Parts: sequence; C-alpha cells; structure tokens
Amino acid sequence: MTLEIIGISVLWLFLFLYVIVASIDFGAGFFNAYSAFTNKQHILTNIIQRYLSPVWEVTNVFFVFFFVGIIGFFPQTAYYYGTALLVPASIALVLLSIRGSYYAFATYGAKINHRGYIFMYGLSGLLLPASLSPVLAMSEGGFIKMANDKPYLDYWALFTSPLTWSIVVLSLAAVLYISAVFLTWYADKAGDAKATDLMRKYALIWAGPAIVTATGIIFELRGHNAEHYTRLLDLWWVFGISFLLFVGTVYLIWKRRNYGWAFILLIGQFFTAFFAYGFSHYPYLLYPYLTIYDSFTNESMAIALIIAFIAGLGLLLPSLYLLFRLFLFDKDYVKGKSDYHA
Amino acid sequence: MGFEDTALLSRILTLMTLSFHILYATVGVGVPLMIMIAQWVGIKKNDDHYILLARRWARGFVITVAVGVVTGTAIGLQLSLLWPNFMQLAGNVIALPLFMEVFAFFFEAIFLGIYLYTWDRFEDQRKHLLLLIPVALGAAASSLFITVVNAFMNSPQGFEVLNGELVNVSPLLAMLSPAMPTKVAHVMATAFMTSAFLLASIAAFRMIRGSNHIYHKKALFLTMKLGLVFSIATALIGDFSGKYLAEYQPEKLAAAEWHFETEEGAGLVMFGILDGEEVKYAIKVPYALSILAHSLPNAEVTGLNEFPKDEIPPLWIHYLFDTMVTIGMWLAFFSFVYVAAAWRGWSFIKAKWFRWLIVAGGPLALVAIEAGWWFTEVGRQPWILRGYMKTSEAATTSGQVDLMIILFAGLYFILGAGTIVVLSRMYKRNPVEKELADREAQKGGEQE
Ligand code: HDD
Ligand code: HEM
Ligand code: HEM
Repeated sequence: MTLEIIGISVLWLFLFLYVIVASIDFGAGFFNAYSAFTNKQHILTNIIQRYLSPVWEVTNVFFVFFFVGIIGFFPQTAYYYGTALLVPASIALVLLSIRGSYYAFATYGAKINHRGYIFMYGLSGLLLPASLSPVLAMSEGGFIKMANDKPYLDYWALFTSPLTWSIVVLSLAAVLYISAVFLTWYADKAGDAKATDLMRKYALIWAGPAIVTATGIIFELRGHNAEHYTRLLDLWWVFGISFLLFVGTVYLIWKRRNYGWAFILLIGQFFTAFFAYGFSHYPYLLYPYLTIYDSFTNESMAIALIIAFIAGLGLLLPSLYLLFRLFLFDKDYVKGKSDYHA
Repeated sequence: MGFEDTALLSRILTLMTLSFHILYATVGVGVPLMIMIAQWVGIKKNDDHYILLARRWARGFVITVAVGVVTGTAIGLQLSLLWPNFMQLAGNVIALPLFMEVFAFFFEAIFLGIYLYTWDRFEDQRKHLLLLIPVALGAAASSLFITVVNAFMNSPQGFEVLNGELVNVSPLLAMLSPAMPTKVAHVMATAFMTSAFLLASIAAFRMIRGSNHIYHKKALFLTMKLGLVFSIATALIGDFSGKYLAEYQPEKLAAAEWHFETEEGAGLVMFGILDGEEVKYAIKVPYALSILAHSLPNAEVTGLNEFPKDEIPPLWIHYLFDTMVTIGMWLAFFSFVYVAAAWRGWSFIKAKWFRWLIVAGGPLALVAIEAGWWFTEVGRQPWILRGYMKTSEAATTSGQVDLMIILFAGLYFILGAGTIVVLSRMYKRNPVEKELADREAQKGGEQE
C-alpha cells in the first residue's frame, strides 16, 4: 500500500462516516418539520432532542475532518476545488449555520420553537445534501474548467447536466432513507410505538427512490465519463452485494423485525457501494486534472499525518464509545426516564 | 474584476469571519477552565452556590460554543476557498497542526456533549467534574494548534525552496517556529483573562440590577481574582512577544511604534497621531522601547529605514497596539484595586460607578482581543507567509467574493444578535434566586 492510498482511504472512510451521521441528522430535521406541519405534532421532537442535540457537534467535526484532511494529504485540491467551490461551499456553510444555531438557540437555549425556525431547520436538512453532493458530479470532470491556467466552475454545464441532478436526487433520497431506518430503530428502543410506526412508514416509502436513483446514476455516467463507467462495471459484483443488503434491510423493516439489524445491513449496503464507487474513481480526484499521485503532499508530511491520525484514533475511539454508550445504548436515557441536561 | 480586487475582497471576508469567530473561540478556550474552577471550589467547600455557578455558566457556554463551531467551520473552509494558493503551499508544510486540531475538536465536542447531559447523573460529583477536563484540554489544544499555524505564517521555517519546489520539509520544525512559544502563551493567557472578566461583568451587572444575593458576590470575587492573575500573566507574556518581534519581525514592531530610524536608547511612543513622518500629541517614554525590545535601556532597535518601502506594514497598526496594551494595563491595575479593596473591606467597590467599571471590563477585554489580532495580522502585511508569499499572490481568482461578503455579513449579524437575545432570555427567565429556591424545595422533597 502506498502512502497515497492510505491517505485517500482514511479520508474516504471519514467521508463515509460523515455521510451516515449527517444523513441521520439532516433527515431527522426534515421529518420533524414535516410532522409539525402535518399536525402529527412533535412525535419526533423528543427523539431529536434526546439523540441529536448531544451529538451534532461531533457530526460536524467529521465534516471538518474531511476538508482539513484533504488539504493536508492532497494540498493541490485547494487550488482546483478551492477556487471553483467558493459559491456552493459558502451556501453550504450558511445552511450548516442554520442547523447549528437551531440546536444552540432552540434546543439548548431559550427554547424558541417558532414554526418558521422549525421549518428552516427542516428545509436546510434537504438543501444541504443538495448543495454538497454536486461536488461528486464535479469530480467526474467537465464542470471545472481552465481559463488562462486558472480553474473556474462552469455553472451552466453543471446545472444542465442530468448527472448533477441525478446525484442531487440520490442524495436526497438516501438522506431520508438512512435517517428513517435509523430513527425507526431508535424509536423502537425508546419504546415509542407511534414514532416507530411513523418512521417505519417513511423508511419503506424512501427505500424505492433511493435504490432507483442509485442505479440511475450508473447509467448517467456512461454518457458523461466513459472511463469511470467501465471501471464501475468491473465492480458489478460489489454493487450486487450492496443490493442484497438493501433487500435485507427492507425485508426486516417490512416484517417489523430486528430493526437494529436492519440498520446494520443498511450501513453495509452504503459502505460497499460507497467504496466501490470510490475505488472505481481511482486514481482521479478531479477528472482529468488531478490524481491522488500528482497532488500528493511530500513524504515527511504524509508520514507525520498518518502518525497523527493513528494517535488521534487512539483518543477518538474510546471517547466515541463512551458517547454512544451514554446516549445511544443507555436504556434509561433513550427512553427519556432521566433528564440530566445542565 | 482585477486580481488586486479579489485579494482585497478576500481580505475583507477573512477579516470579518476571523474577527467574529475569535470572540466565540476566546470564550470557548477560557470558559471551560472557569467552570472547572468554580465546580472544583464548590465540591471542595461543599458550597452549592459555586456548583450552581458552574452549572449556569455551562448552560450559557453551550450557546457560545455552538456559534463558535459554526463560524469555525466557516473560517476553516474559507481558508481554502479564499486563499487557495496559500493553502496549496502551506498544506505541504503546516498541515500537521491543522490536522491535529481536528482531533482536539473531536475530543472537546464529545466530552462537552457528555458533560452537559450528565448533570447529577453520577453519585460522586467529582466524576462529573472529571468529564470537564477533556473539554478544557480539547479547547486549549485547538487554540494551541491553530496558533501554531498562525505563528508559522509569521516566522516560517521547516522547509526550503529550490527552483520553486519545496524540499526538505520538516513538519515538526515548522510547528516549532520562533513565534510559537510567545504567541501560544499569549493567546491562551488572554483567553483565560477575557473569560474571567466577561463572567465578572455579568455578576456585576446583576448586582447593579438590584440582586444582592451572596451568590453574585462569590461569583464576582472569584472571577476578579482570576482576572487579576491572568492579566498579569498576559502583560508579562506580552512583553516577551515584543522581544520576539524585535528579534524576528522588527518591521512589525517598528511600524507599531512609529520607529523610523534605527537607534539606541529608543523611546516608546504612546497614543498620538501621525502627520507625514511627524508624530504629534504623543507621550514618549524614554528608553522604554529599548527595554520592551531587548530588556536594556540602551539597546539598539531596528527602525523602518532598514526595510524596502513595499515591505512595510501599514502604520496605523500603532493604534491597535496602543489599544491592546492600554486595555491590558488598565485591567491588570483595576482588578488589583478590586481584589486589594475586597480584602481590606473598603466599600467603594460596592459603589454603583465602580460596578459599572467592572461591567465594562468584559467588553474591553474583547476589544483588546480584536485589536491584538488585527495588530498581528495587519502587521504581517504585505506578506501572508512572511518572506515567501505576498497576500496578493495568495488570493482566489473567483469573481464572486463580493457577494459572499454580503452573505456572510448577514449570517454573522443574525448569529451575533441571536446569541445575545438567547443568552439574555435564558438568564432572565430563570434567575438565580428562583433556581436556588427550586433546588431547596427539591432537596426538601427528597428528604421527606
Ligand atoms: C485581552 C486581550 C489582550 C491584552 C490585554 C493584551 N494582548 Fe497582546 N495580543 C492579544 C491580546 C491581548 C492577542 C489577541 O492574543 C494577540 C494577537 C495575536 C497574538 O498572537 O496574540 C496579541 C498579540 C500581541 C503582540 C504581537 C505578537 C506577534 O505579532 O507575534 C504583542 C507584542 C503583544 N500582544 C504585547 C502585549 C502587551 C505588551 C500587552 C500589555 C499588557 C498586551 N499585549 C495585552
Ligand atoms: C484561521 C483561524 C482558525 C480556523 C481555521 C479555525 C477553525 C475552526 C473550526 C473548523 C472550528 C469548528 C470545530 C468543530 O466543528 O467543532 C473551530 C472552533 C473552535 N476554534 Fe477556531 N479556528 C481558527 C481560529 C481560532 C483561534 C485563534 C482560536 C483560539 C484562540 C480558536 C479556537 C477555537 C475553539 C476553542 C473552537 C471550539 C468551539 C468553541 O469552543 O467555541 N480558533 N475553529
Ligand atoms: C483567530 C484569530 C485570527 C484573527 C482574528 C485574524 C485576523 C485577521 C485579519 C484582521 C486579517 C486581515 C488583515 C488585513 O486585511 O490586513 C487576517 C488575514 C489573514 N489571516 Fe489571520 N487572524 C487570525 C488567525 C489566523 C490564523 C490562525 C491563520 C492561519 C491559519 C490566519 C490566516 C489569515 C489569512 C490567510 C489572511 C489573509 C491574508 C491577510 O490579509 O493577511 N489567521 N487575519
């Protein structure tokens, strides 16, 4: 394994973790707003406060980890993506701020439960994946172009490309699906039958769109980036496994059985698909300008970063374990029997 | 839009984001220590007031942290968006502390979540206090790592440039730049000092508003003592920072002091205005600049005449330096008066005008933080990486920075106003007296 591969694998893994935890967070906000406006009053509000409020900052750090890490391992990405992404990334930052401030102002703070705020919080959960996911489309090439040796983003090409839109739709469907499956499990553990039923229904509704759009993207790629498409097809069997895991999740949810396992299978489904996609993207970070090899940092920095990463993990894993034990696996806490907020 | 223009706009946006983030970051670094001290005193003295103090501070703290996290994410991403050329270069040499910082964030965020949601969950209060240690350490570590990056920008080392290529990169050497020790120490001391004075402001304000509860008196005395300790530390380390500048960034010190010609036995210029090259209405303290720079009254201090004209920072940083130092001296003196008077039982410290002065202390410390950062950052101009890369070469070529300035100005306005509204509402709805009474009632109930 070369240093480049280690670097990109670490980043890709953390991006995957971010996609999962952020999807739960984004989707929950949307479902919360949706039920508030369809007068299924606050079935979810409790769960959101019990689970999401203590962990949202941790979720955010996964995002920070990714963009700091990619500049560290592949400094040249700053040049290409940094210049091109000014507007979309700034919009994403504003949306992230809406979410962060909702937790701060509405759930910890003065309990401002203004309907407008709930609505914005919910909406930002959908707009965020929609504003972040086009970066994946950009990495396929053809949208970031060069003029006088300077990169710029061709918005017209980006917004008229079916590839962009299918990725956006996939990200929305996936967010809602992941979130619904997780919340079904969490609500079930909390012994909240009403919330479980509601979330189970959402999970089943969003399963279809998630798998259809995911398949659709593979075919969009054929027209857009043939090289990537062929590499993707070489890995058909991994996508096959992913699909079987998907069927497993839906089956369990349908049968109202083992929600915990349903969620684990879902992680497996996304993990296999995410890594197969990443692997087929190799070695490009940005078609056709950047590969992980020519954008890589120097060797001494790479080694230092990897050492720091291992040391950091040594701190991180036990802490995360503690966090989850207290807020995810503690029966009394999950059921809301005890309230120890400062 | 021209190249120079986007560089200017990028500077404005960076300035805005950093100036906003630093307020929350400073509180984020300092307040955990204050909470820890209060809770510790409470446990040791078995005094419920201090425990409640810690708890109420912690509640407010969550709000500022959340905004700190949001704005920190903004500046983190903006560094790459606005300064892609700089990050491409810097990423090769100074990415290590930035990367380590992320782990500090993780550590802090995780334990903060746990700490906040586990009040009274443990039989033994000390266990709960233990959870706060990683929060304080994580916050201090994140300020350490980011300040290391900033120190590197001021005195880069740990690499060589050969035919435009970076060679012999040593990430550790880059972290241990000459600016690092004083900068890190000064930033941390000022964060602790500022947090202490901010919390003192709140206590004094409640007392002016007529609340005469012993709780506020305890809070005020504790925070003023801490403020005194850390403001003395700040002034001492600030003096070392001056010596660092004289050695490694003499142009910054000379510009701050309007020191045009190299000379021995240089005097320190305080206040005043500049008319061409003539300094008017200033107080000149003889030999003081030589002492600040080299600890000797007759030492030679490098003047601006030794530098090319286009490598001299703007001269208005003098006002920033003055602001910071004056506030520092004032707060050290003032907290000393308070603590001494409280010991001796002098009553003028209970007068209304004196309490208003205490209230002013917190905001003044924040002003000094802003002045200090503007001073170092503007004083580094025209360089972004001193001696290697100019700010104008580092900026993005994107044409939409102006729109982003408007977008973020609106965002920071809302976040800032939101913080103030939410914090004041939170404490107004649940005053100390009420909470103490509730706790008494609850305890009584448990015993029956
Ligand atoms: C509460 C805030 C505060 C107060 C009261 C002071 N400072 Fe300060 N100062 C800072 C807050 C600050 C800061 C925000 O932390 C800076 C900006 C960047 C940095 O490294 O620290 C800083 C930088 C800074 C620098 C520049 C270091 C550099 O560019 O590398 C010097 C020379 C001093 N300070 C000196 C002093 C002196 C002699 C003070 C006398 C009491 C003083 N400061 C009070
Ligand atoms: C260019 C400068 C800076 C960058 C890029 C930056 C980046 C960040 C980021 C990304 C976060 C969010 C972390 C999260 O998601 O939890 C953050 C928060 C934080 N930053 Fe900054 N930061 C900068 C300056 C500073 C400085 C100078 C300090 C200290 C003096 C500081 C102290 C903190 C602290 C303590 C937090 C945690 C949140 C809080 O407690 O308020 N930062 N910063
Ligand atoms: C959090 C504390 C900091 C504050 C308040 C701060 C403040 C500022 C200000 C006011 C400017 C604009 C200077 C001008 O327009 O003349 C600036 C510029 C800049 N700072 Fe800092 N700074 C901080 C720390 C850092 C750190 C830690 C880094 C590096 C990671 C950094 C990177 C930059 C960059 C890239 C610029 C743009 C170039 C420039 O105009 O100097 N800053 N900062």
